[in-house]
Amino acid sequence: MLNTNLTGDPRRARLLSLLGQYGVLAAFILLIIFGSLRYEGFLSAYNFSTFLRYNAMFGLISLGMCFVIITGGIDLSVGSVVALSSVVAALLSPYGVVVAVLGAVAAGALVGVINGLIITRLNIQPFIVTLATLLGARGVALLLARNQGGVGLDPGNTALTWLGQGDLLRLPVPGVILLIAFVVGGVALRYSPFGRHALAIGGGEDASKLMGLNVGRVLLGVYVLSGALAGLAGMILAAQLGAGQPTEGLGWELSAIAAVVVGGTLLTGGTGSVWSTLVGALLLGLIFNILNFENGKGIISLSPYWQSVIRGGFLLLVVVIQSRTGRRGRA
Amino acid sequence: MSGTASSARQARSGGGWQTLLADLKQVRASILILLALLIFNALFTPYFLSVQTLNVNLTQVATIIIVAMGMTLVIATGGVDLSVGSLMAISGVLAPLIFLNPVFAGAQWLGIALAFVVPVLVAGAFGVLNGLFVTRLKLQPIVATLVLYIAGRGIAQVITNGQLQSFSTPGFSYIGLGRPFGIPFQVILMLVIVALTYWAVRRTVFGRSVLAVGGNETAAGLSGIPVARVKVAVYAISGLLAGIAGLIVIAINSSSDANQVGQGMELDAIAAVAVGGTLLAGGRAQVLGTLFGALIIQLIRFTLLAKGVPDAAALVVKAAIIIIAVALQQRRRRE
Repeated sequence: MLNTNLTGDPRRARLLSLLGQYGVLAAFILLIIFGSLRYEGFLSAYNFSTFLRYNAMFGLISLGMCFVIITGGIDLSVGSVVALSSVVAALLSPYGVVVAVLGAVAAGALVGVINGLIITRLNIQPFIVTLATLLGARGVALLLARNQGGVGLDPGNTALTWLGQGDLLRLPVPGVILLIAFVVGGVALRYSPFGRHALAIGGGEDASKLMGLNVGRVLLGVYVLSGALAGLAGMILAAQLGAGQPTEGLGWELSAIAAVVVGGTLLTGGTGSVWSTLVGALLLGLIFNILNFENGKGIISLSPYWQSVIRGGFLLLVVVIQSRTGRRGRA
Repeated sequence: MSGTASSARQARSGGGWQTLLADLKQVRASILILLALLIFNALFTPYFLSVQTLNVNLTQVATIIIVAMGMTLVIATGGVDLSVGSLMAISGVLAPLIFLNPVFAGAQWLGIALAFVVPVLVAGAFGVLNGLFVTRLKLQPIVATLVLYIAGRGIAQVITNGQLQSFSTPGFSYIGLGRPFGIPFQVILMLVIVALTYWAVRRTVFGRSVLAVGGNETAAGLSGIPVARVKVAVYAISGLLAGIAGLIVIAINSSSDANQVGQGMELDAIAAVAVGGTLLAGGRAQVLGTLFGALIIQLIRFTLLAKGVPDAAALVVKAAIIIIAVALQQRRRRE
């Protein structure tokens, strides 16, 4: 996969690879500097907090997606799992915060178990399997919600609401959850046998089998992880909006894939970086944020519909730069 | 490669019917499931065997099948097209802008004629763009078409500023509501497109090239097949067909909603292809399988609704069917 453009000048090659590796981070920082210089209130605690509260959910599902993609798979079911878990959290909210949170995560993990078992036991491609569970999980979410638009949280369960709307050490709680998840995820990918095995499987499944890795168990593990993290995101969604949302999360799986791709992880597996994925997810969110501020200035007025056009164009720009620089994600 | 060559020879010498029979044999699992569903409904669903029920089911499934034909070709090259729903939305918002345009007040027929042609060509052009992303930029098909999946619906929304466009233009709506000989027009269109796709895959150099590219791209390239051109062509066809489907959807609704047209179509089409027995790995194209796959999914949904099962539960059943159908086909292939 080494880029053929890079023959010859080693200094140019080094520069390109640096651009590839830190380009997304640089773009992220530049956008923040741009925003803070141009917009009043961009660096305010309020903006920071609302930004993190909303994007923490995308960050969490992107983290799970990153692990799945590293093994060469894909998980299309996460958007529906977010909806399903938000409903489960709402339904369990009268029984206390612990039950609600564990229930939401368990519901997500259960979908992950189903994904993982079908993929490993029946040998069906992850794209098809998770496409099916995308439909199935949405159906279960709607059934549990009895086809209502939303399932209200128990107003007495203030601890659960705090997880979505509260602050911890002046940081929004979802942001704290996101940070913890990424620290654990980053360490796990780099140092734990699970992470190393996931990378090995993405690099070559047959070779990993021959090396004696328990491929089935690792694959099952990544889909359970992805499901559980989507479950966590669903819990946060319910806590933030005060209700389970059976119809939310449409297309979130594709946003998560976009975040992973922007982070420089190749869909073919074998490489990937948890931290670049975080930057990728936040960067996509930041574009929305900046557009909102730009509209607030009133000089140009872009309808919210421009956001998806710009996000699509941005995704294209990033992948084009990546294909030019021959970037490979680092573990 | 030798298998491909011999079946090509057979296709040339053995006549069309034998090829057709052989192809039907290959997808016999989906035919059996479809027959079982038909028999079950004939026995247990009142009024199932009526022209009206047939028409309802066929009109609902026609757009999925049309889009799934393009998807079959794309998947046969080892790719996938996530952008079809968004391209439907683009085509769907362009058509009313053309035939409702005051420019054509004096010559409505011209507006309507252009409304059939231009949106489809625009969608096809976006398909070419997908193809160029894949071939020139060497992007993985999922990523390449994800760009237009995200941006395409945005483009459609920006064009209309998210507004619903209602219309009552019988000349245009014929594509969705017309009934020549009592058969819904879009069903005839669908059958023509299925027949053309089947013919293209089985009897043309292009079809052979599609399968060769999906089977082994390097080998196909070495044997002189213009790999990049073939790939651009399949994405272009997928775009064109999505454009046609977009027109049908807005004609049925007599309105065009950029937020809704084609929403989730990529998943329905991929599901139909998968249930129909075309592996996502490429190198095969079960055109008839895709047709039956879409019909199976539609008939299951209809059966459940007729039995009073809510749509949400139907989703769960649909999920199970996709898994079971694909698992059965994989097992049969291994035997």
